[in-house]
Amino acid sequence: MSVSSSPDAFPWLSVLIFSPLVAAGIMAFLRGERLQRAWALVATLVVALGSLPLYWRFDPTTAAFQFVEHASWIPALKVNYTLGLDGISLLLVLLTTMVMPLCVLASWRYIETRLREFLVCLLVMESAMVGVFCALDGILFFVFWEAMLIPMSLLIGVWGGPRRIYAALKFFIYTMSGSVLLLVALIALRLHVGSFHIPDMMARPGSGVFQCWVFLAFALSFAIKVPMFPFHTWLPAAHVEAPTAGSVLLASILLKMGTYGFLRFCLPITPYGTQVFMPYLLGLSVAAITYGGFAALAQNDLKKLVAYSSVAHMGFATLGIFVLNEAGIEGALLQMINHGVTTGALFIAVGIIYERLHTRELARVAGLGKHMPVFATFLGVFSLSSLAFPGTNSFIGEFLVLKSAFLYSPALALCLVPGVVLAAAYMLRMLQRVAYGGPANPHHAGVKDLGFRETMSLAPLLVFVFWIGLHPEPFLRVMHASVRHLLAQANGAAAHGVFVSP
Amino acid sequence: MNPFSYLEALRLAAPETALAVAALAVLFADLGGMRGESLRHRAILGAGITAVGGAMALLWLGFAPGYGTIAEGVLVTSPLTQLVKAGLVLLTLLVAGLSLDPRFTGHVGEYFSLLLLGTIGMMVLVSTQDLLMLFLALELTSLPLYVLAGFNKRDRASAEAALKYFFFGSVAAAFLLFGFSLLYGVAGSTRLPVIAAAVALKPPDALTLVALVCVVMGFGFKVAAVPFHLWAPDAYEGAPTPAAAFIASGSKVASFAVFGIVLAQGLGPMAGGADWHGFTTGWLPLLAVVALASMLLGNLAAIAQRSVKRLLAYSAIAHAGYLLLGLMALATPANRPAALAAILYYAITYALSTVGAFGIVAVVERATGSDAADGFNGLARRSPALALCLMIFLLSLAGIPPLAGFLGKFYVFVAATRAGDGSLSLFWLVLVAIALSVVSLYYYLKLLKRAYVLPPDGAVPATRPDVMEFVVIGMTAAAVLGLGVFPRALLEPLALAIQQAGF
Repeated sequence: MSVSSSPDAFPWLSVLIFSPLVAAGIMAFLRGERLQRAWALVATLVVALGSLPLYWRFDPTTAAFQFVEHASWIPALKVNYTLGLDGISLLLVLLTTMVMPLCVLASWRYIETRLREFLVCLLVMESAMVGVFCALDGILFFVFWEAMLIPMSLLIGVWGGPRRIYAALKFFIYTMSGSVLLLVALIALRLHVGSFHIPDMMARPGSGVFQCWVFLAFALSFAIKVPMFPFHTWLPAAHVEAPTAGSVLLASILLKMGTYGFLRFCLPITPYGTQVFMPYLLGLSVAAITYGGFAALAQNDLKKLVAYSSVAHMGFATLGIFVLNEAGIEGALLQMINHGVTTGALFIAVGIIYERLHTRELARVAGLGKHMPVFATFLGVFSLSSLAFPGTNSFIGEFLVLKSAFLYSPALALCLVPGVVLAAAYMLRMLQRVAYGGPANPHHAGVKDLGFRETMSLAPLLVFVFWIGLHPEPFLRVMHASVRHLLAQANGAAAHGVFVSP
Repeated sequence: MNPFSYLEALRLAAPETALAVAALAVLFADLGGMRGESLRHRAILGAGITAVGGAMALLWLGFAPGYGTIAEGVLVTSPLTQLVKAGLVLLTLLVAGLSLDPRFTGHVGEYFSLLLLGTIGMMVLVSTQDLLMLFLALELTSLPLYVLAGFNKRDRASAEAALKYFFFGSVAAAFLLFGFSLLYGVAGSTRLPVIAAAVALKPPDALTLVALVCVVMGFGFKVAAVPFHLWAPDAYEGAPTPAAAFIASGSKVASFAVFGIVLAQGLGPMAGGADWHGFTTGWLPLLAVVALASMLLGNLAAIAQRSVKRLLAYSAIAHAGYLLLGLMALATPANRPAALAAILYYAITYALSTVGAFGIVAVVERATGSDAADGFNGLARRSPALALCLMIFLLSLAGIPPLAGFLGKFYVFVAATRAGDGSLSLFWLVLVAIALSVVSLYYYLKLLKRAYVLPPDGAVPATRPDVMEFVVIGMTAAAVLGLGVFPRALLEPLALAIQQAGF
């Protein structure tokens, strides 16, 4: 694969990656909480606006990496500083930069202690997350991947709920064990390919057995991050304890790293391994969808409910990836974006409730809609989006995934039906309780509806819900070429027997 | 044999001479003129003279990095030895910077001169190819360290530390000397290249194997590898904190450098093999067992520690295990330059993080009166800058990118996987090492959790480093971060020097 299609003189990606870091550095010198909040908002907004040109300048007709930057970093180990975007990573970068200002808005009042450190953590996270999606060098990818761990655990561990330390440690250790496997896989590929350059790795698939081992190491590491079914137990703990902004980041961006890893590493680098293990991963995806649905149905804590619904939604994404056809991968990519938009919004909504009532218990929240009609409207739309109501964003994504599953095997598609029904059940149960349910609750007296800031933190996501739901073409347009190329890599190698053992 | 030239010897040993002069000057100045002054002033003078001596040595090392050898390898200099020596001098200067508040002693002059003498020992240690000189240098390194460990006469723990360190050290030295004498018996010479040629001629017999085991024991003690590690936790805990920093940093770098030189240049032909299910006689299987035990015991025992210094000691044992993995990569001649660069990069960056961590321990110790982990509760609120530096050091020790510790580990692991001509023979050990680094993360994080998440205990006074401590801690933190992001700054000179040194 050619790396440099149009070498851009201006280092867009580096600027995008490092400007939040610079903003975090400046933050250290700002006094006064108002100023710090305002600066964080301005910085993230500027980065968000600054990332828009990526979309205009992106050439959707090619699968080659664009905005490529290349510099030698550690020649002794053949590690380079290589960045680039293709149709798979572009939307994820944009999602990241768009979600960040909303995170700052959502934590405007929520964070009461050590605000400066909190905002620094957020900005460092942004740098690392954008870096992960842009990195085209294995070690650079790993460095950004690991760099997310510390600020994220701090977000959970310092500003979280009562069991925050347990949750932070669990998050850290789960993710760290995953990334160790990632490192092992990268070293193994380095020994085989001779460089850490990801396109080089794609170009030289190894023998069958080698691919299987590398695939397993990659898949386990990414499955923990997604999280796929038996590795999901860190997620509810982390979500419940994390502050709103932490939950939003976790749901909207961090979970996408896992599925992005599947797309960037597993499918193109180990096509044979993918073919071998595909049925198992499909099985796990179905399990995640069904299990997540049932678990969400049983929750009384709003955040846990949304967290388990995340497990189910990400199950759709992994399913779409591993059926290995165009509709599936495009559906999965869209589902990743959708999940970022919708679940992010739901976590912000839960945070808004928590700020007012200091509880997330479904029973005590019941009937809030009477006092907060605007909020109830928002919540209604996002819940409908989450259960993939036609006209909302998730409908398109889930439809594509279901279609691809049907193309692969009608039996598989049939297995998904309970998951889809369950999504409707748990979301409507929540919506019914929160918006309409329950007798007049005495705790709710004097609760105010959304203020301007809170409306602004939800409104942009609402726009995306309908935009993607009614006119998804601008989003799908940029994926086509890259997804086709990816499928050619994943299926082609398998079809032509490149992987034959020596 | 060429006639022995004293001028040449002086030229080659000029940096050491500068330090020796400084050591004497400290003694004279302190004993002669500073008797009545306060401890603080005496320490400033001592550190000042140390700094001048160190700066002169560094200047010489920097501007005259020539090759040279006297008396057929008794003292050998090459760009590589100069680079390592410069690193050692720098570490000593950092330790001296942490010693400006010597509450643990009234003998300030002796303290600094012992520091300098130990450094001289280390410098000679890395620039000799002769077993006899090597042993002398090792003793010159060890004796000041024993005394420094027991420097706090009023503290029983310090005395215990020194005694344990000394007993273990002297037994290990005896074994080492025994091993060296057997090698001399085999080769008829104390020079490493001659020994290499002699052991290459025949398959390893009982005599050489006994020698090998003795040598590994001797060096295993110096680097604190299991099962020769028992002194380390007590010595680290009992010794005055700056002395512990010195034992943990400079001495480690020098020991690993010389261990590597002996293995590669003297015993290279009898490496043997340490494949999974395929051990063959030589030093590889020995080191494999020692490395495995060190990584396991060090990482697991560290979890249970309540004293931060003991925690650092067990983590040092674990790091010795990782570094031994790097030494094992020296077995394949083609792999040697990369392996040596990996070892040195790892050892130097490790030493930097350790000095910094001990510096923070010293500051916290002064505020709370002990090095218990509880004293670190809420450090981030008492002193945010200090807590940030602590995070950098501990995460570097744990091997989190983009800090130097990550690249060091990474480089060592890559070197180890490449050992054995691409047969992945050591891959099993690398896997164990990687898995255990995850374990290590747990205890580093526990300490960081105290610093960042837990609230401070009520009655803890403000935790402020003095100016020099702050400079040392800040500089090492910057170096750990900088070497992680721009590793070329150290890797390229290392690679060049190794190439020029003829590995």
